[in-house]
Order: sequence, then structure tokens, then C-alpha cells
Amino acid sequence: MIRNYFKVLLYDLTLRKGTFIKVDGREEVAGGSGLAALLFNKYCNIKDNWDSPEQSIIFTIGPLTGYFPLMSKTVCAFKSPYHNQYAESHGGGRSALCMRFADIDGIVITGKANRPSCLFIGSRNLELREVHYLWGMDVQVTGKILRNMFRGSGHRSILRIGPAGENLSPMACINVDTYRHFGRLGSGAVMGSKNLKAIVIQGDGNFSLVENKDYPKLFHDVFKQLTTTEMMSKYHNLGTTENVAVLNEFKSLPCKNLQNTSDSEIKGITGETFANDALLRNAACAGCPVGCIHIGFVREKFMEENQYLYRQVSYDHEPVFASGSMLGVKNCFSVLSIIDAAEKMGLDIMSSGVALAWATEAFEKGIITVKETIIPLSFGNAQSYKEAMFYLATGANDFYKTLSQGTMNAALKYKGEDFACVLGQEMAGYATGEVFFTSQALGLRHSHLDSAGYSYDLKHNDKNIEKAIEFLLNDEKARVFLTSMVSCLFARNVYTNELLKDCLSVIGYKNIADNIEKISVEIQKLRWKTRISTGYDPENIKIPKRFFEIITSKGPIDAVFLNSLTQEYSRRIMSLVQE
Amino acid sequence: MERCIGCHSCSLACARLVHRKLSWDTAGIRIASSGGLSTGFEAKNCLACNPAPCVLACPTGAYSQRKGGGVIVRKSLCILCGECAKACPVDAIYLDPSGEPFVCIHCGRCVNFCPHNCLEMKEIVASDNNENLTENQK
Ligand code: SF4
Ligand code: SF4
Ligand code: SF4
Ligand code: SF4
Repeated sequence: MIRNYFKVLLYDLTLRKGTFIKVDGREEVAGGSGLAALLFNKYCNIKDNWDSPEQSIIFTIGPLTGYFPLMSKTVCAFKSPYHNQYAESHGGGRSALCMRFADIDGIVITGKANRPSCLFIGSRNLELREVHYLWGMDVQVTGKILRNMFRGSGHRSILRIGPAGENLSPMACINVDTYRHFGRLGSGAVMGSKNLKAIVIQGDGNFSLVENKDYPKLFHDVFKQLTTTEMMSKYHNLGTTENVAVLNEFKSLPCKNLQNTSDSEIKGITGETFANDALLRNAACAGCPVGCIHIGFVREKFMEENQYLYRQVSYDHEPVFASGSMLGVKNCFSVLSIIDAAEKMGLDIMSSGVALAWATEAFEKGIITVKETIIPLSFGNAQSYKEAMFYLATGANDFYKTLSQGTMNAALKYKGEDFACVLGQEMAGYATGEVFFTSQALGLRHSHLDSAGYSYDLKHNDKNIEKAIEFLLNDEKARVFLTSMVSCLFARNVYTNELLKDCLSVIGYKNIADNIEKISVEIQKLRWKTRISTGYDPENIKIPKRFFEIITSKGPIDAVFLNSLTQEYSRRIMSLVQE
Repeated sequence: MERCIGCHSCSLACARLVHRKLSWDTAGIRIASSGGLSTGFEAKNCLACNPAPCVLACPTGAYSQRKGGGVIVRKSLCILCGECAKACPVDAIYLDPSGEPFVCIHCGRCVNFCPHNCLEMKEIVASDNNENLTENQK
């Protein structure tokens, strides 16, 4: 629906009531990331703890959601249990189109349900249903039961948490439609703190299009550009796991808790091996013809004598790095079985994999023993990692409870900060060098998606601080506009500002179309202001020693360069806010 | 349809190009997950029956038999009774909240939007030798 305001559902779990309200600001913040920050400032409490019932969890879509291909993501914003500050996480599946067809630009959920509950939202429905019997159930079983409880197969989105979220772990994700996630910074725990096991969004409305030949024509053009052989081969063919071999080649793949940056036996977990041996099929987020989701399988013997069961598990570069190279596991089926274990528990695989990599090195160094880890941990031992995922999600003892609060948390307590692979949060799968480390450590989401620092590393060797920081800030600015539309970032090379301008004006958002640059700057500032108002100080971020010890294809990390980059980046972030 | 990745591009194209709507419901083809997302997808669309049960059920002539199978739609005659949707054995007709039925008219416009070539146009030679096109799932 085209409108010059936002239609927002405010739902209070304590009162069991929701209202639809009009929120102004369409032409200032557009939607998605911009709208999320705007709503956070209105409906979250800057000072209170993340788990106070006063806090909200927010979901937003953007002006182009559903109108153009790959406009298929939803933004989730909340006060993070990881650092008690503003956080943003993005997820796909069918969530974005379901919100579009439920005719909602933003959902703000506040309060706390008195029993475990599921919120059901549609264009003509609003219901909070008690589901105490689902509490404690894993993500997959929960999904199965909910699919039978609510109608609308194919045109609904099911967001749910597992035991990790119920146990309030900052590593808990929200699972979306089985194969996608609001992965990082603990959105799952925020749902858990509200006794909210699941949200079902039914996309059951439809809208008339203005009589306008230009829109279908532009759609067709964009569709063609997004399904070129190049796009398809990059994201559809091998998918993001193509990076495993590439990064290994460039000595940029974090291996064994970043003790190494390449592994001569990587072949067992490359994109090619996954495709040849484990790939079952591709799937897509709703509204995306690219279909980057790769689904493999795990097979388990559950009785003697050839009795097997199998499950389908999605994989990508990040999960494969976190449960593969980082843990020294080099068999694609073992990797899938670890991902599967984390998925069931509702753990973010990147954070949990990196946490277990730290625990393994700490165990090998003798800093911790089986008294802490319950089972011995050693690089390459997939079975122990599967068990450890369970301990981590359920907080089986003091050690796992501490670790599930974040790797650095455990590292400080048990002494092992030097080799904790934490850049604001557990590292992403790129050991490309100084610029990426800076961008993840200081970036607003502490994500490899904040800006393309990793590709900058691979392309530049000049150590020009000014140029690198300028690149990070400009790239971030372009990305926040895209994530306000809300586009999948895989489409970032196609959706240039010129094309976005055409897309926005053809469906009727002329004023946004004419002010993309100005609005991008405003959104970038608003997000940083919001993060900083909740207590963030980039100068407090420390990069652990391990990151200074590695060697990439460019040679050893240059400590002076890295330190200058972080200083300059934090200075620029702070001056952005003061402007 | 075993190749379907569940992108909904076909439904969105049909709604956009045939019905001038932004929708994945008001379309001649709709995608559902079969037995939960984890086993794949199935499409709900018209099988081009001849004779068509929906046509036989329609009391007004809003749906009439199309040569080669399926229906010809005359919206102006429709009284929103929903009998057609009840009669269709494969749930190919969607009734929107006002009761208006939406069905595939076998125009083929969705075919080019399927990235996995799940859809194709087939020539069907009708009994009276009129050539008709129909859209089919592979
Ligand atoms: S709409 Fe249903 S009953 Fe009518 S022709 Fe198509 S498949 Fe047959
Ligand atoms: S809803 Fe319309 S097309 Fe369907 S049976 Fe009734 S009159 Fe005929
Ligand atoms: S053939 Fe035409 S009417 Fe049928 S689903 Fe495709 S676009 Fe719609
Ligand atoms: S366009 Fe093709 S792949 Fe996409 S949902 Fe339709 S049939 Fe499936």
C-alpha cells in the first residue's frame, strides 16, 4: 500500500490488545532500518534493561517491499541482551511479503504475556493464543505444530524461538520459516523475555495497482537484471559457500579459532563439495527469483540395522565457517549436523560456533577442563560440538551459562581474552585484514553486512586510512538506504540509487525518490544516534590480540594500521552524530 | 513442479499483469508449501478441465467452457456466489474477501517470470481444431 505515513501495529502482550496507529515520517526515514530506529526511539526505553517488559521488539518493512524482486527482507530492532544497546537484525523467508499483504509497515510488540503465547497477525486477524505446551520445544517441532494450528500454508510466515531464546541467551536467534533467521545479537532472547514463543503473520490482503504501464515494465527490467547468469551463478549456483574455497586461497578463512587463515584439507567443506554431495534443492525468500537458499541433508541412524531418519538443513558461507573451518570440522555432513543441532536449539550458529571454537582452544590450553565443558572438546570432533550446542542453549552449568552470554564474557571470567574471536560480537567468516576487522568491530550491527570491509581488504593494499574509512562510511550509507526499502543486500549491485529512484517514483513515492541522498544521510545518523544514546562508545571497543597475530595473503596484520583505522573510524562515527 | 523454489514470482506476475493487483492470492497460480516448507512446494492452478466442473456449477454464465479446457471469464456476469470455487477439485479458484473468484485464463504471462522453468505453455488442439494455448506445470 502506498501511503505518506506508516501503518504500525502496536501490540501490548500484558494487556492482550493491539491497535493500528498512523506514524508520521515516511519522507524522512522511508521504512525498514529508518523506520525501525524511529519506532525504537518512540517505543523503547533508552535506559531500562533489555528484558524489561517496557521494551519492545520491532519488525519493519519498506516502501518497495513486495513491489520489486528481492525486496524481500524484514528489519528487526530491539535492545540487545548482548550489549544492552540498540540492535538491528535482518531476516527473510516469507516475513516481509506477509507483512506487506497483512498491510502493516511496522509491528511493535511490548509488554510480557503471562503465559507462553503465540501472536497471530493478519489483515483481518489479531489474536494472542496461549501455547504453554510449546515451551521447551525445539524450533523444528514448534514449526510443525504451528503449521497445523494456523491456516494459510504458503502465504504465512512463522517466526519462532527455541530453548536458547527461552533461556534468554544473547546468542538466541528468531527462526523464520525454517531456513532463515533474525540471527545475531539475541532477538530470540527478547521474544523469550516476553513469553512470546512465536509470531505467525498471515499475508492475506491484496491491493489494486494504479493503472500504469511503466510499473510492470520497470518490474520486468529489474527482474531481468536480477536473474542474469552472473547473479544466478553467484548466489544460486554454489551460493555463498563458494567463498569458502576463495577465502582459503587468499589466506582469509578463519580456521580453528583463527589460529590459521587457511587449511590444506578444506576440500571437504567447499561450496563445490556441498553441491556435489549434500545439496538437495534450492529455495527462495518470497519475492526473490534468485533462490540463494541451499538445503542439504543430514542422515541419522536411530536404531541398529539401517534405520535412518533424515532432516533438511540450510547452509551458507557463514554457518559453514562457524561450524566448519572455525571448529576444524572438515566434512560437509558433519558441518550440517552441527548446524542442525544449533538450529533446533534456536541458537545463532555464527555466535555459538565461534564461542565453541574459543572454548576448544581454552580446553586445549588447560584453562578449562571437563568440569566446565562436561564433554572434552577438540577441533574436528563434530559429535562433541553437537552436544555442546545443547549445553550452550540450555545453560547446562555455570560455564555454559557464562559462555552463552558472549564469548568475551567467558574469556574475561576464565582468562582467555587474547584468543577470543570477538569483534563487537563473535567474528564473521572473513579474516581478510585490517579494514574488515575495523568495520565489524565498530560497525552498528557488528556484522559483515554493515559495509564491504572484507572486499576492500581483498582489493586494496595501500594502507590509506582516510580512503578506507571514507569507503566504510559511504558504503554503510548506501546500505542503510537499501535496508530501508527493504532490499536483500545480494541485490546491492543492481539497485543503484538511480534505479531505486525510478522504482520509488513509479509506484508513487516521488518525494523519497527525489531525496535519496539526503534521506540516506538522515537514516545513517539516526541509527548511530540511537545506538549511542543506549550507551555505545566506539572508543571502548578493543580488538583482541589474536586478530593481530594472523597472516593473510597480504602478509602479517599491520598493528599500527589497524589501530589507526579503529581510532579514525570511531572519531568519524562520533562526529557523524555531532554534526 | 518438483523444481519450484517457492519464490512466488509467478503469482505476483499474474496478479500484476492480468489482474492489476499487488497480491499473491488474486492470481491464477498460487504456491503453497507441501507438508511444511521442508518437503517443497506445490502450485494450485487450473488443470484446464473439459468439461469443467466450475463451469457446470456456475449459475450465471460468468464462467463458460473454454475450447481445449478451462474457463472463459465474464466478470460482469458474476454474482459472487462462490459455487465455482466449491466445485473445483483442485482448489484452483481463489475467492477474495469480497467473494470475487480468481482463476487462471491460460494466457501464459507468468511463464517467463519463473526462474526455474517450472511452468510452460503447451499447445492444445481442441476437438473443433481451434488451436488454444494452455499453461501447465512441468
Ligand atoms: S478452475 Fe478447477 S474445475 Fe475449473 S477448469 Fe480449472 S481445474 Fe477444472
Ligand atoms: S462466483 Fe461468479 S463465476 Fe463463480 S460460480 Fe458464482 S457467478 Fe459463477
Ligand atoms: S497463465 Fe496467465 S492467468 Fe494463468 S496463472 Fe499464468 S499469468 Fe495467470
Ligand atoms: S515462479 Fe516458478 S519457482 Fe517461483 S514459485 Fe512460481 S513455479 Fe515456483
